Amino acid sequence: MKVALIGMGSVGRGVAEMIAKKDLGLTITGIADSKSGLISDRGINIAKVLATKKKTGMCGDSTIPAIDVIKNADYDALIEVTPTNALSGEPATGYIKAALNRKKHVVTSNKGPVALHYKELKALAQKNGAAFRYEATVAGAIPIMHTLEHGLAGNEILALYGVLNGTCNYILNRMADEGLTYAQALMEARELGYAEADPTYDVQGIDAAIKLVILANTIWGNGVKLEDVDRTGIDLLTADALRLAEDEGCTIRLIAEACPRRNLFRVSPRIIEKSHPLVTQGTLNALTLETDMAKEITMIGRGAGSVETASAIIGDLLFIRDCYVQRA
Amino acid sequence: MRKRYHYAHHPFLSSLRLREIPYCVITKIKAYLERRSTTCQVVRMQVSMKLEMKDSPGQLVAAIKPISDVGGNIIAVIHQREPDQDTDILDVQIVLELPEGRLEKLIVLLKEQGVHIQRIGEERLLYKRTVILIGHLMHTDLSDTVDQIDSTGYAEVCELSMSMPAVNERSSSRITIKALSKTDMESALAILRKVAKKKDLLMIEPLGEIA
Repeated sequence: MKVALIGMGSVGRGVAEMIAKKDLGLTITGIADSKSGLISDRGINIAKVLATKKKTGMCGDSTIPAIDVIKNADYDALIEVTPTNALSGEPATGYIKAALNRKKHVVTSNKGPVALHYKELKALAQKNGAAFRYEATVAGAIPIMHTLEHGLAGNEILALYGVLNGTCNYILNRMADEGLTYAQALMEARELGYAEADPTYDVQGIDAAIKLVILANTIWGNGVKLEDVDRTGIDLLTADALRLAEDEGCTIRLIAEACPRRNLFRVSPRIIEKSHPLVTQGTLNALTLETDMAKEITMIGRGAGSVETASAIIGDLLFIRDCYVQRA
Repeated sequence: MRKRYHYAHHPFLSSLRLREIPYCVITKIKAYLERRSTTCQVVRMQVSMKLEMKDSPGQLVAAIKPISDVGGNIIAVIHQREPDQDTDILDVQIVLELPEGRLEKLIVLLKEQGVHIQRIGEERLLYKRTVILIGHLMHTDLSDTVDQIDSTGYAEVCELSMSMPAVNERSSSRITIKALSKTDMESALAILRKVAKKKDLLMIEPLGEIA
């Protein structure tokens, strides 16, 4: 199957490396970053492109913008992994629409377009007989979308709750384990590359809330938006609060939860028993689904990382190959 | 007796380092504790126990004495001895009520007396939820915050632990609320949420079952 890769950040490079390294039957025919693009219908030499990118900061020809690759390259599925813009969803939404309008399948790790335009993009994909998949947008490598769609098919999902932001999980772990203040733990997370220079998006629960919106729309199709999520971050927590929780055999975690029957969509720090399955170490993500038949299902895994995210994207691509491309 | 229980079991007192807090705050805490020691009821619970003991003189007293030692009351003693039973082992069922938190002590005392506990029946426990409040707890009148729950009549703050790093810094507290039913607990938590919002306190609730 031929794929075009848009975005050459950590995730894009991870996907390219895995496609080059593993014999997956995937050929990259178009590639683009924010400054350049490259098209080759017979297949691009990935090792060469990665080396050029490392040396020059560009993957191809600066006269070929990403949108040209999307509109002109010969591919079956578009891999859209440009940086997330949670407010506008651009330029990713435009890229995704351009590919779907060409009846091309789309796989994305970009939360912006899915959280903002879920219904529109799903409808556009359906109209064009194309797949639109976004496993990598929520909980990184955890195959939550595949689980919902296939493994738990026929189940009614009653509620879900989980740890969807690895940065916050790391900070809370450090505050609890070492008695660090919030500011100290945040600084450490930054040094390790877990937190952005502007940590607002993570620590105020916006990232977790966006993931909750994506899950809610996927499961219940209820059109929940970011502003419908009742949101409290971890930035006002004290080390004392964690110690007070600890005294009772508990700790504090940033929990995203959704229960449509109670019209509950919330991200907030919560007291939770240390033996609870959602209490995980480091930056791990964890998610529990409550269903009518399977009852509770909890999944734990890496929520971020180059190759970890590539795992989710490649899972989507191979699903498309098996269910759409080969049958056609 | 009642007062001693209060002080001894109040983490509010045991967790505070008095040297580190200003006098006005100490006065407030004292006032708070004095008020509570007169208005707050000691929380009690009811337990039934099946004890096994040798049918020899003094055994029943051995079982009953520890109960009064922990401040409990015996509600009923059901002691059956089958007439044709040839063992000298006696089963005694005791229903008692005692101050909450004393059960473990009672179990230890009974064991010391050589009484074997066959079974401890269901404790009629009150609903208990613990939340953490962060913010300017003293400046926003902690007594009033607690009073908003206590004055409901159906729920009360039964435990309070707090830590105050410095006068102008936000303090953190852990508050345990008891109520007789789930609905009462929900109402009490709703009140506390409202108060926390009004006083600009961050309230951290436990993760419960949500479906």
